[in-house]
Amino acid sequence: MVSPLDRKLLRDLRRMKAQVIAIGAVIATGVLLQVMMSGLVASLTETRRAYYERNRLAEVFAPLTRAPEAELARIAAIPGVARAEGRIAGAALIDMPDEAVPLQARALSLPDRSERGLNAVYMISGALPDPAARDEALLIEGFAKAHGLGPGDRLTVTLNGARRVLRIAGTAQAPDMLYTAVPGEMMPDAARFAVLWMPRAALAAAYDMDGAFNETLVTLARGASEQAVIDRIDAILRPWGGTGAYGRDQLVSDRFVTEEINGLRTMSRVMPPIFLAVAAFILYIVVSRMVQSEREEIGLLKAFGYTGAEVGAHYFKLVMIIAIGGALAGCLGGIASGRAMIGVYTTFYNFPFLVFRPDPAAFATGVAASVLAASAGGLFVLRRVFRLAPAEAMRPPAPGDFSRSIRLDGPVGRRLDQPTRMVLRGLSRQPLRAAALAAGIAAGMALSAGMTTIYTSFDRVMEMNFSVVDRSDATVLFTHPLSERAAFSLARIPGVLQVEPMRDVPAILRNGRLSHRGAITGMPAAPEMTRAIDADQRPIPLPAEGVVLGEALADVLQVRAGDMLRIEVTNGRQPVLEVPVTQVARTLLGAPAYMRIDSLNRAMREPGLISGLHVRVDAAQADAIWLSLKDMPAVAGVSVAEDMQASLQKLMDQGAGSARYIMGAIAFIITFGIVFNAARIAYDERAHDLASLRVMGFTRAEAAFVLLGELGLITLASLPVGSLAGYGLAQAIAEGFSTELYQIPAGYDPFSHGFAALFIVGAALVSGWLIKRDLDRADLVLALKTRE
Amino acid sequence: MTADFTTRGLTRTYGEGHSAVHALRGVDVEIPAGEIVVMLGASGSGKSTLLNILGGLDRATSGTAHFRDMDLTAMTDARLTRYRRDHIGFVFQFYNLMPSLTARENVELVTEIARNPMRAEEALELVGLGARVDHFPAQLSGGEQQRVAIARAVAKQPEVMFCDEPTGALDSATGRTVLEVLNEVNARLGTTILMVTHAANIADMAHRVIRLADGAIREVVENGQRKPPAEIVW
Repeated sequence: MVSPLDRKLLRDLRRMKAQVIAIGAVIATGVLLQVMMSGLVASLTETRRAYYERNRLAEVFAPLTRAPEAELARIAAIPGVARAEGRIAGAALIDMPDEAVPLQARALSLPDRSERGLNAVYMISGALPDPAARDEALLIEGFAKAHGLGPGDRLTVTLNGARRVLRIAGTAQAPDMLYTAVPGEMMPDAARFAVLWMPRAALAAAYDMDGAFNETLVTLARGASEQAVIDRIDAILRPWGGTGAYGRDQLVSDRFVTEEINGLRTMSRVMPPIFLAVAAFILYIVVSRMVQSEREEIGLLKAFGYTGAEVGAHYFKLVMIIAIGGALAGCLGGIASGRAMIGVYTTFYNFPFLVFRPDPAAFATGVAASVLAASAGGLFVLRRVFRLAPAEAMRPPAPGDFSRSIRLDGPVGRRLDQPTRMVLRGLSRQPLRAAALAAGIAAGMALSAGMTTIYTSFDRVMEMNFSVVDRSDATVLFTHPLSERAAFSLARIPGVLQVEPMRDVPAILRNGRLSHRGAITGMPAAPEMTRAIDADQRPIPLPAEGVVLGEALADVLQVRAGDMLRIEVTNGRQPVLEVPVTQVARTLLGAPAYMRIDSLNRAMREPGLISGLHVRVDAAQADAIWLSLKDMPAVAGVSVAEDMQASLQKLMDQGAGSARYIMGAIAFIITFGIVFNAARIAYDERAHDLASLRVMGFTRAEAAFVLLGELGLITLASLPVGSLAGYGLAQAIAEGFSTELYQIPAGYDPFSHGFAALFIVGAALVSGWLIKRDLDRADLVLALKTRE
Repeated sequence: MTADFTTRGLTRTYGEGHSAVHALRGVDVEIPAGEIVVMLGASGSGKSTLLNILGGLDRATSGTAHFRDMDLTAMTDARLTRYRRDHIGFVFQFYNLMPSLTARENVELVTEIARNPMRAEEALELVGLGARVDHFPAQLSGGEQQRVAIARAVAKQPEVMFCDEPTGALDSATGRTVLEVLNEVNARLGTTILMVTHAANIADMAHRVIRLADGAIREVVENGQRKPPAEIVW
């Protein structure tokens, strides 16, 4: 048997369905984000761990120029090394018939017994190449898919300057290739960078590595010190051109996945509490309003002999149904959106399998937090239910006491008409309440302004990078440093308008214990195409001595202009430089370190060498130029600015950046929910007065003024507060989104704040209109008969 | 003697089919200008419905209702609002004052939009509240609040005042004061007062008493021997 109170509960829920849904939706959103993001964190972390373990990803990597295989035994003998393997790695170019520029690739040797080796490939289709085959390869799945290639297809590949046709034996992925980007570029793009795995013998022949290796893969014994092992490996490999061993956490592929996971984790901690707090607040207002209007029923129930606890439980149940209902919906929504998002990650990062496994703890936290937040709101209300004496409840409530609100008898106040007085007194009598409503709307404004700032920032990254930082049409990289004469010969190709030399050398940058594996980019003193820029977008001239660091890198190393930095170049003569950081540059992409090319070359003792060129070309002749570059053996790759821009756009639209669309949509829905609820509540409280005004002959518009005037003032007051909070929120979200890959600058963006303010005002107008409709339909007689 | 209100075959039905409620079943009535008219009847007799239609708060299902030469049944919503604003004053059982406005301001709320208002202070003097103009409703007793409501209705100098159970929430002594004020208004300003009540004794102060039952008029009695409100007991 359903108790009468429970039946009332069901009817109440049905009657208030719009508000129940609105509040439930806010709670659901908070829980959804929590479940989705923590689920993504858990899934990515766990999948990565399992993948690394199953495919035996090395823990230490040590690249070098060339060493005989015998050296491996010495490395294996280092205390703490569980296993050491050598492999052959080389740059390659793939000539796709439908691509103007040759596409860059990395060729890796397969272990002889590939099923047991380190960094084992994960087969997607086809079969492993025959170990004795000379012209068979595995192709990385992402590239194969992007170009519609599969087992049996053929590829024209340049290995170490020699052109040959390879048959694709199968497609695969590997744990060290979760993230693949064109060398010299930061953006991953499956279509423009490939990985080829070939039998060792074939690759050894191509790269002149018979009986030798140029990359060491090491796993560690339990409890071994990674740093100690790295130091020993470096000592062994230095004579063989070792460029410095590094741990798994420095592996580019791993680092970016880690950054992504960390970003998600930050967001999963910041966003849900905001939503739950908003929900608790609205719930409190709605239920307290309900208790107020049902005081007669409450008194009656108490008069019948229901205890305060029983009546309280009735209202508490209502709160709980909304909270738990919302939380459960959020859990389901979180699983659904998590599943959708995991697809993005599977394509974006080369995970062979990625199952969204919601974190059970997230459900528990989500539901518990919702219940807690709702109870916090509910308990305040219950206090009132308990305090209400039956007899008191049966009497009409005394009119609210406004004797302490503002008097409005000053020179200005006296000129106000009565409806305006009502608005101002209403606000001044319960300033805390008005402030709370304003805070609610301000939260909406903050969410909207914050998210819009993030949107525009993404666009600004694109715009700034390709029109201010890098103004070249393409970057040509050479297989090895060439003399500056190469620049002149390239400049003579018809259609090439301008060339600018550059030199990239791999290096480890250190500040005390902090270090970063990256590169030093040498550029002319006053470069015209690719430049370091300051916060005001002015080019930074490069000093004769010293280095200019990108912001992200300066953060990682915790250095500022004036600090000294140790730079260990890891190729050539491997000089170690102690140079001052002369300035920190505003960067949006990557973590560059700039030096004057002549200073860099002097330090390398290789005067006049360049590793690449930035070029500007006549657009009409671009394709012909790329074609002629395809045939130059010294060219390792050409990165066309347009392609890079497309990769970046893809990353931001489909990759990790796509979360911003979900968050943006949510922000606007929530904002509307808050504004609408605020208006709805204001109406409920005023319904009686408004009906009285209408009876007295006030027109609908005049009556609506009293209601909407108050809402309008609260809305206007909330805008500057919300704008300020939105600024802070944008900073926090930007930090969450920013990685070493790209930095989202979240400054004060007038457009975003203006847009959000318009949205709030629009939401207020729509809410006002919806409520005015209710007001117009209100039964005047009924409103007067009930005694409120 | 001119009639302020004339109705012909006025009916009001709520709902449809089996659950239809016939609140008024063809009412023909004339209410002369300048009189105090009391409508009596049990709950559900239709007295409030009639008051609401004449006051422009509700619409008839069929039949006609005229205020002087204005056809209330043919008016748009906006015209009805205008009608209430220009011609009618309302006094309700629960006063319906704006809690956020002082007594004076509550009166001014109406005088600001009226065509030919008296001064708010004057209206409050009339109901004997000249000394309490700056008090908020919460600082006034029930009777005082009802007198403010009357002052508010009177201040715009309406042709007609509608009072729905004006003493319903008051004790008898306070209720009598309120009736005295209404009597005074009628006498001094000639305002037609149409009062709904189920306290039959109040009829003693009326010029005319209309009794309703089951949505129809049972009788209309002209009161030859009007009692001053001070002598009314209930």
